[in-house]
Amino acid sequence: MSTPEKSSAQKIIPIAVAGGTPSTPPASPTAAMIRTLGLVSAICGLIIVGAYQGTYDAVAANKRIATERAVFKVIPAAKSISEFVALPGGGIEPRVDAGDTALAPGVVKFFAAYDAGGKLAGIAAEGGAKGYADTVRIMFGYSPECQCVIGIGVVSMRETPGIGDKIITDRNFLANFNALDTRLKGDLSALANEVKAVKNGTKTNPWQIDAIAGATITSRAVGKAINDSAQALLPRLVPKLEILQKAQKS
Amino acid sequence: MSAPATWDEFMEGIWRQNPVFVMVLGMCPTLAVTVSGVNALSMGLATLFVLVCSCGLVSLMRNIVPKEVRIAVYIVIIATFVTVVDYLIQAISLALYDALGAFIQLIVVNCIILGRAEAHASRNPPLPAMINALGMSFGFVIGLLALGTVREILGAGTLFGVSLFGAGFQPWVIMVLPPGGFFVLGAWLLVFSWWARRKAKRGSTQNA
Amino acid sequence: MTQPLIEIRSAPHVQAAKTVETIMRHVVYSLLPICAFYVLQYGISALASIVVVTAACLLAERFFVRTGTQSGRLSDYSAVITGLLLALTLPPGFPLWMGAVAGLVAIALGKALFGGIGFNVFNPALVGRAFVQAAFPTAIATYTPSFIPGRFTEFIPSSLALPLMIPADPAAWLKAKSLDALAGATPLAKWKFDGVVANADELLTSLSGHMAVGPSPMLILLCGAYLALRRFMDWRIPLAILGSAALTAWLLFAFDPARYPNPFFMLFSGGLILGAVYMATDMATSPVTPKGMWVYGALIGLLTVVIRYYSGLPEGVMYAILIANAASPLIEKITQPVPFGRGAMVGLGRAKKRATYPLNPGYISREEASAVTPKKRFLPKKPKK
Repeated sequence: MSTPEKSSAQKIIPIAVAGGTPSTPPASPTAAMIRTLGLVSAICGLIIVGAYQGTYDAVAANKRIATERAVFKVIPAAKSISEFVALPGGGIEPRVDAGDTALAPGVVKFFAAYDAGGKLAGIAAEGGAKGYADTVRIMFGYSPECQCVIGIGVVSMRETPGIGDKIITDRNFLANFNALDTRLKGDLSALANEVKAVKNGTKTNPWQIDAIAGATITSRAVGKAINDSAQALLPRLVPKLEILQKAQKS
Repeated sequence: MSAPATWDEFMEGIWRQNPVFVMVLGMCPTLAVTVSGVNALSMGLATLFVLVCSCGLVSLMRNIVPKEVRIAVYIVIIATFVTVVDYLIQAISLALYDALGAFIQLIVVNCIILGRAEAHASRNPPLPAMINALGMSFGFVIGLLALGTVREILGAGTLFGVSLFGAGFQPWVIMVLPPGGFFVLGAWLLVFSWWARRKAKRGSTQNA
Repeated sequence: MTQPLIEIRSAPHVQAAKTVETIMRHVVYSLLPICAFYVLQYGISALASIVVVTAACLLAERFFVRTGTQSGRLSDYSAVITGLLLALTLPPGFPLWMGAVAGLVAIALGKALFGGIGFNVFNPALVGRAFVQAAFPTAIATYTPSFIPGRFTEFIPSSLALPLMIPADPAAWLKAKSLDALAGATPLAKWKFDGVVANADELLTSLSGHMAVGPSPMLILLCGAYLALRRFMDWRIPLAILGSAALTAWLLFAFDPARYPNPFFMLFSGGLILGAVYMATDMATSPVTPKGMWVYGALIGLLTVVIRYYSGLPEGVMYAILIANAASPLIEKITQPVPFGRGAMVGLGRAKKRATYPLNPGYISREEASAVTPKKRFLPKKPKK
């Protein structure tokens, strides 16, 4: 509606001015435009800063609760957590800025979970691998005592509802992760046995995952996610478990 | 403004120019987030907040904004309220925030909002502008809910999380996948146009 | 008061004994032996499935014809064909209520939406199947073995699921019959997930053991041959499909025999034969030009093999045919024959090789066409203000 009017008005302007009868309002002065834009920006800036300040605590609390809930699910004994990073060189240090900042390459993030007595209950870490539709991201709990995975939870996935998403609900599948063997080799350089999903009903070793019939690809993705993440993290982590023990006391 | 005119402003968005069923605007959130009633409702309410607030502010500033920079001003105002909604939803529930995903931020490009700001709010005083925006948002909420409830009932056997058919329900997987959104939208458009046509036919026979 | 009917219509004035109805009726006749074989394989469940799906199709057809949404009549048999074909592509133990959904969707989305018989872009039966494949992926992948003792007296338990409810898993029922649950996988699924290739003679007859397969490919080819001989179906399309599928499979097999199964297995497993003979040849959704038919068939064959090898699905015929359906107007356009007289212009540089259909066809009425959209170059220069 407005476009033809505008274009015709623009064409007419010079003629009208020459004729001495200004029928349309002249263009606004630049100063007015700058003033308005400045005013709008200032108002909007104020609103945004106000909203950010007002919701900051609630958002941070929500994020903490969400992380805690995810960790507590994979390590049932846990009562409190703290966040760490494993550096490529082998060091471990607490992560201070627990925001959304991206990690440097080679750095692996994990959570140390402590039980009610302040004892290290387990380690929780994330892993991801390509599933049927998209990357399946999972969080798994590792227990230093049995050197095994003691629980998994799904962080994000887009697997087919009703088939691939059985990895959350299928009891027989989840039973794989009651004590999934992730023992390290003697020299602590890598896992002694590769964690792997095998065809439904053919699990023979404690480091194998019995896949869900009909959802083999998703099951394999879970196995690969655990394996890749454990391979990257555990060799650095296991020699330094005392640091994590102490971290809670301080 | 007299009362009937205001009522008319309000009803315009709900029936005559319903953004989903008549104007078919804002299809991106309509199709993408309506996998459940809760998602649809919260998306609708987020849009309602942005639409009403930005229309109010645009209407307040309508006399001081030079026409050359009006679109920039509108977009900045809309983006501001979208950011506010973004923070609010994060503060209310992270699970909801994850479920709605990028579509919260994408409210800023929802053409219903810019369209209302340009076509109505910039030419009317704040009260009628906000009432019109409210009506338009309710129309949008109704549209989203119409899709969301059908998709949730068939796709999960629940309505707002309450199980309707018991444990043995067979979910229609397609309804929570993107094609389901198109099917349900198509079906609703069919129902609405049939209804509108019947109404028009009745009106014409009565007049004759 | 019977007056001789005078029919006034435009060309072509062809007088032939073949009407749409005749063709459709013969297709139904030729499908009956296949359905009978299917019932013989799977018993009462298959019979119920065929009856329910066909009834759902007829019901939807009647509704849409009555409400004036689509053209055609119930007596043109096309909805019967849709129903029978749809039932044949579903697993025999497919829950009856899901079968009914498939039938309704097939007619509503596949046919009525486009305006009825002759206007549909996609094969209605495959539209119905694609819908239930996406809606109920578990149920549609649950096959049961054929020739189970007692199949004529009891239903496969999943068939009788209550509407909207999850069907029972037939695994326990099979165990009670002392049959391995894995026997229920189709040969294609066995190959895809377990790497087992079934024997050629088993596939050809569908008779041996308890294989979970559809009706015998031999029988389907026989019925198809009848249709082709009576000229109710064009023989080029099935031949092109099977030829291109065999060629693609053979090339891959020659490339790496360990990884890819032999072309014979590709041809006679799954629904390729049924799809090639009965679904791809649907007149409304396939090209009319002979050259186009070869292109169309070749596309389906190639896509089928590619989907079977490289996608997550074990079977690819359905999507291959649907994609080719969508491409057939384009195929028709590029394979349009050269009109007599136009061919001579080829040597003259920029002359067009093919006839083209303008948006406002001049052959309807030259005056009318120019009245609707005047061609700009014939207009005088724009009047200056």
